[in-house]
Amino acid sequence: MDQGVIYFPSKPSIIASGVVGGPLEKKSVFAADFDLLLDDERAEEKSNEKGHKQMALQACQIALEKANIKERDVDFLMSGDLVNQMTPSNFLASTLGIPYLGLYSACATSISGAIVAALLTELGASKYALAGAASQHNSIERQFRYPVEYGGQKPGTAQWTVTAAGYALIAKGQMNSPVIEAATVGKSIDLQQTDPFHMGAAMAPAACDTITRHLKGRGQSLSDYDLIITGDLAKVGLPILQECLIKEGMAQQDVMKIRDAGAEFYGDDQTFLAGASGAGCSASVFFSTILKGLNEKKYERVLAVATGALLSPLTVQQNESIPCTAHAIEISMK
Amino acid sequence: MFATLLIAFIVGGLICVVGQLIMDLGKLTPAHTLSILVVLGSVLDGFNLYEPLIDFAGAGATIPITSFGNSLTHGALAEAEKHGWIGVLTGMFEVTSSGISAAIVFGMIGALIFHSKGQHP
Repeated sequence: MDQGVIYFPSKPSIIASGVVGGPLEKKSVFAADFDLLLDDERAEEKSNEKGHKQMALQACQIALEKANIKERDVDFLMSGDLVNQMTPSNFLASTLGIPYLGLYSACATSISGAIVAALLTELGASKYALAGAASQHNSIERQFRYPVEYGGQKPGTAQWTVTAAGYALIAKGQMNSPVIEAATVGKSIDLQQTDPFHMGAAMAPAACDTITRHLKGRGQSLSDYDLIITGDLAKVGLPILQECLIKEGMAQQDVMKIRDAGAEFYGDDQTFLAGASGAGCSASVFFSTILKGLNEKKYERVLAVATGALLSPLTVQQNESIPCTAHAIEISMK
Repeated sequence: MFATLLIAFIVGGLICVVGQLIMDLGKLTPAHTLSILVVLGSVLDGFNLYEPLIDFAGAGATIPITSFGNSLTHGALAEAEKHGWIGVLTGMFEVTSSGISAAIVFGMIGALIFHSKGQHP
């Protein structure tokens, strides 16, 4: 068995999902597949952080409604976000009243949650588990950079934190639902990149390592997949990942088919610089458009790789480098 | 009249170009850039170079943040002449107090009236 690669013989399935986006996300190329698009960036709440929690709550409730399951029937909630101490997730958990594990893998949290949910399901400890992540633009910009009202400039390599939440309901193996067959837990890879406005470049090597390790562990090649999609490498990071995989000896025509949710999220609108990022980016795209593609049997096998930059405002001020990670799940549909 | 406006525009613009270069090439934050420009204005006035720039460019030299540094040095030197060393401390904020007070007062008014929001479609 290869380092960090996990198999799920009992085939935990994603039976439903809920995805909510903010007002600006109506512009997203993926918006048509979202369940709900808010008119107010604070979800009618008083503060950005309260709106952040409210949006995550709505996504969870939509997922539960679709599966016709009550909160009390859910055994575990795996959630995370980018606010200090993950308060939106903590408030979400207290409202839902579901046993809760807060997880932090920055923008890779959606998949780390799905991995833990799949493990608990495999173990037989969980009948239903909710896993996901969210980000709200204003509260995350304030957390990591400047409050939005300050109007700080960003270079073209910077990314735009999405306002979105995506949660998936994971259950024991069921017919006619996409199955989590395997997963690879990311290493924390630090190539001494220090620029917080250049995170695509920092995250690409982590995605490269995770994809390489997953394929090796599974004895597969890129062509075994109908789709390989990364979380938020964006327009700068994706070409770096592709270059890295070609160096690893993978076929160029397969490597060039790899897609990135962050690079595509807002189309070619330059307002959004290199593209989307945030814990809600991979969560909303993977649990809407990609899951829909699997359910409709457009894809039979997908590798969803969420990428995360593990920086803090303090480490940036102290000129520390930015370690990055990437977690992957292999989802199939028969 | 037109020549005065043009000179003010060009000189003020060039000071902003310096700030933009510090941010883009120096990879420094807006806060670093602001501090550097204030220090630059202050040092220039120490060598008696900022006042001639104001005479030449008018608002082009008084509007950018470098002018704040110039005022700090100006106030300190003026009071030092009158009261000796202690004047350096008391004078620094004498000329700049209007700018600082205005920032506080208008900041408070803005915070009372408006609610911050992000970009909308």
